[in-house]
Amino acid sequence: MSDETPPSQIKVSEMTPESGAAMTDETALSAAISIRDLAKTFDGKEYVLRDLSLDIPKGKITVVIGYSGTGKSVLLKHILGLLKPTQGSIKVLGREITGMSTEQLTKLRHSFGMLFQYAALFDDMTAIENVLFPLREHRRELSQDQMIQIARARLREAGLDEKHYKKLPAEMSGGMRKRVGLARALALDPEIIVYDEPTTGLDPVLTEMVDNLIVSTHNLRKGTTSIVVSHDLYAAFRIGDHVVMLDSGRVLLHGTPQEFLDSDIDLVKRFVSKGVRKELHVHSEPSHSVE
Amino acid sequence: MSFATRYLETRERFNQAFDGFFLWLAMRFRVLVIEVGQLFEFALGGVRLFFTKPYRFDELIVHMEFIGNKSLGIILLSGLFTGMALAYQIFLGFRLVNAVSLVGPTVGLGITRELGPVLTGLIVSARAGGAMIARIGTMRVTEQIDALEVMGVNPIQYLVSPRIIAAVVVMPLLTGVFDFIAMVGCWVICIKLLDMDEAAFFDRTYLWLEPYHINEGLFKAAVFGLFFAVICTQRGYTTKGGAEGVGSATNRGVVLSMVMIIALDFFLTNFINMYYNIFGLHNGR
Repeated sequence: MSDETPPSQIKVSEMTPESGAAMTDETALSAAISIRDLAKTFDGKEYVLRDLSLDIPKGKITVVIGYSGTGKSVLLKHILGLLKPTQGSIKVLGREITGMSTEQLTKLRHSFGMLFQYAALFDDMTAIENVLFPLREHRRELSQDQMIQIARARLREAGLDEKHYKKLPAEMSGGMRKRVGLARALALDPEIIVYDEPTTGLDPVLTEMVDNLIVSTHNLRKGTTSIVVSHDLYAAFRIGDHVVMLDSGRVLLHGTPQEFLDSDIDLVKRFVSKGVRKELHVHSEPSHSVE
Repeated sequence: MSFATRYLETRERFNQAFDGFFLWLAMRFRVLVIEVGQLFEFALGGVRLFFTKPYRFDELIVHMEFIGNKSLGIILLSGLFTGMALAYQIFLGFRLVNAVSLVGPTVGLGITRELGPVLTGLIVSARAGGAMIARIGTMRVTEQIDALEVMGVNPIQYLVSPRIIAAVVVMPLLTGVFDFIAMVGCWVICIKLLDMDEAAFFDRTYLWLEPYHINEGLFKAAVFGLFFAVICTQRGYTTKGGAEGVGSATNRGVVLSMVMIIALDFFLTNFINMYYNIFGLHNGR
């Protein structure tokens, strides 16, 4: 495999004896994540999530939006298996996760890649070491050279210049850290990529850069499901195939960006009217043309 | 208002205050029991996971180097001056009763059984323990621990287990170094400065200081290592609230582990003496 190979085409599974991302017809047809009647309370009194049902379609970008404290992060933690629901069912890639053991959840999490709000890079590791970390943990059958090859490919895919590969996170800008965080999330060729508030606190130029990165990554990796949790409605409409709005722990509206604009629900109208409606040009069919 | 009414009112207020005090005491006790339980569970998980695959020997070496090698300088310096100061003080006291030949063994017993492990524990818990809390706490508040979990890496196994085992292994080694260098300090004071008889110094020390005295200190050091590492990693792991939270957790964790070492030393000394008495190892010393 040469350096000229397009980065997204260098797959970990190609270097391993067994393919890790094989899809059956059955799972291909179903939703990537299917949630039914999910409820969560921490103190037994107040419910953070209540009767939440949601299907996140496979191979699409779904953006979850909502005001602060509506349960977006709690929903995300449930999807990742970091929290156990009080009641309800969560199926990830066709497998029920609510009753899974820690070991089963650990294996399942290999299907996920996550970009954190502030990238959450390990600050004692360089950019390339951060990307090598999941490979060293979960692909021990690979040689060191193969791991480095994959890590470099992922960093190229995320758009990080080679001169920054040996920099520590403290020596990198916010945008560079996001790129490294994304490269690390992609290291194991995940089927589902989760972006937790990826543009919060960034300036408009960096926000656009991150949005473009999400879309280009999605376009390069056909069949990958992307979930973006965000406050940024403009970005949600710009990059999302589907938008889910949460309110008080429930799904207020789930639809295309156009359906949001046409909605008569008062809370949605108020959310949308915060300077977004007039600025938006929503494609009738989201094509992820942002590059 | 009649006397009886006032009496009843006063009694009622007293009862309420009394109930309130015991309620507060019960709540505090409940919190204490819960915290001790959580700490015990954390320690058990941390130790157990070290012996579970994937083994973290590389991490163990890194943390042994950090706790051990990087504490060596301060241990050498502290040990030397502790031995010198103790030797001089004991010399001043023993000179009054014409027993200066016992300065060596007295310093030896004091250092190996008490001061060596306790001072090493205090120094290492302040230096390495504080660093453990700050490091793990920062990882917690910057979502690095969440990132480990999402990547399918058990954070306790990766961050906590190697640190606990490293502290248990390294603390006796550092205590051994402290004991040795303190005795060197004692020798410098007694022989080179106070001009005592060198043969008597070594003879008496050899006669009175038994290997089990040294082992007692090394055992204490391992226990101190376990306790400070568990306390410090748990405080770091449960840090909340950003940079201020990390600072606060570091402060509380270091203070708690230092107090624990001093308190634990008392109980361990009694426990070890009990053990000596049961198994007849004491020899009256």
